Amino acid sequence: MKKHTDREYEMELEQLREHLLLMGAKVEEMIKSSIRALIARDSVLAQRMIEFDHQINRLEVDTDEHCLRVLAKRQPVASDLRFITMALKLVTDLERIGDIGVNICERVLELNEEPPLGKTDASIQVMAEAAEGMVHDALDAFVQGDVERAQQVIARDKIVNDMYTQMFRALLTYMMEDPRNIYRATRVQSIGKYLERIGDHATNLAEMVVFMVKGKDIRHPASREGAAKSTRS
Amino acid sequence: MSTARFRQSRPMQSVGRGSGEQRATEMSDANEKMRAEGLRLYFGKFAAIKGVTLPIVAEKVTAIIGPSGCGKSTFIRSLNRMHELVPGANIEGRVLLDGADIYAPGMDPVRLRRRVGMVFQKPNPFPTMSIRENVLAGLRLNRIPFGDAHDVAERVLKKVALWDEVKDVLDRSGASLSGGQQQRLCIARAIALEPEVLLMDEPCSALDPIATAKVEELIHELADRYTIAIVTHSMQQAARVSDYTAFFYLGELVEYSDTNSLFTKPNDSRTEDYITGRFG
Repeated sequence: MKKHTDREYEMELEQLREHLLLMGAKVEEMIKSSIRALIARDSVLAQRMIEFDHQINRLEVDTDEHCLRVLAKRQPVASDLRFITMALKLVTDLERIGDIGVNICERVLELNEEPPLGKTDASIQVMAEAAEGMVHDALDAFVQGDVERAQQVIARDKIVNDMYTQMFRALLTYMMEDPRNIYRATRVQSIGKYLERIGDHATNLAEMVVFMVKGKDIRHPASREGAAKSTRS
Repeated sequence: MSTARFRQSRPMQSVGRGSGEQRATEMSDANEKMRAEGLRLYFGKFAAIKGVTLPIVAEKVTAIIGPSGCGKSTFIRSLNRMHELVPGANIEGRVLLDGADIYAPGMDPVRLRRRVGMVFQKPNPFPTMSIRENVLAGLRLNRIPFGDAHDVAERVLKKVALWDEVKDVLDRSGASLSGGQQQRLCIARAIALEPEVLLMDEPCSALDPIATAKVEELIHELADRYTIAIVTHSMQQAARVSDYTAFFYLGELVEYSDTNSLFTKPNDSRTEDYITGRFG
């Protein structure tokens, strides 16, 4: 795309892109490290990541402020408007993923007080990689304006959801086998649910990428169809 | 309003790339008050408008935007036959008003301009006339009987939201008013003739932001009764006041669309570049 005649404006949009990428990188680090803390039973790392979340929160606030300044000063339209309004929404999802990372670390601290529970770590690791991969690819699709890649991310959400269902069944078995497993199994189940939520946030990010590039809102196709039908009738 | 409902209520789809002429049939289903068809406007040998087909939808506001020299003012001046007043001007194609060609032989330009009024960039009240006489000037010049002068002035000045500001000074010169008030006085003078279409050529470019807001508010109100076409350099103004927007570039119609679509998702990359400030 051509550059703006006003170079100051061009720079403001470039800065916004950099803010988002930096925030995305920190969020990815958060997911990776929180799972590493789980697998390695590393309470020090878990504690460090809980504190790390402040950096992500700070970036959310800064990015919001930056967007508001650009909106007020430039009255952007068309692709610029879509980019800035999507940035405002993107940061909310990214910040939520950061919070989920904190939740994972909190459960890790609790689990590290107990002996390990069966073979749950392996399935969590696979699920974490899948969820983190979705966030990574959604952010890549955002940088490159790659609609196809974004749509692949959306399709992958079902895989993560299925992994969670499977994990939930396995955990139920542990709990039924021995009630003493319940405390640990519910913590592990929470982590599974958190990862499943990360997949949902990554799906949101990918949907925003599609809107930003094509100007087409692909969210909630079923509700949209219902609305169209009720308007016609 | 839901997106689905909005899409249904749109009388026409946006018109992407391609010349206006090719798109003529696609745009014909709306309630059109005016329509340019294959319009070419010349200054001597120079073609300022190179084959434009564009509807002006009834009782809606159509904004025409584009960089300087794109032909937008020339185009709007052809809609009430003012282009032909320029020496060397030439016209090809048709301009329809309620389906009748305004350039057909036997069409009286003076009567046409009563039906299609014009407001200009610079407020131009008649300086030697009082405020009241400015409102009535068009009626007197056209020898239209109008009854009580004070009643007519009051009715028209109320329509342009100027009455409360000038009711005690109606005998003062029109030139004694502020720029914004003068422009609303000129709009009053135009609508005193009860035109069907109001053409506005950069009506706010000489006004401050508050006077601009008042004129824009007035445009919204007038659109209930009149068909309005406005040429503006301000894209924000086009986005604020219009229902439809046409983007002209180098004498061609690049894109015509409902205003909401054009400013959020234009179809043509030239429109995108222009409205986002990536031109030149």
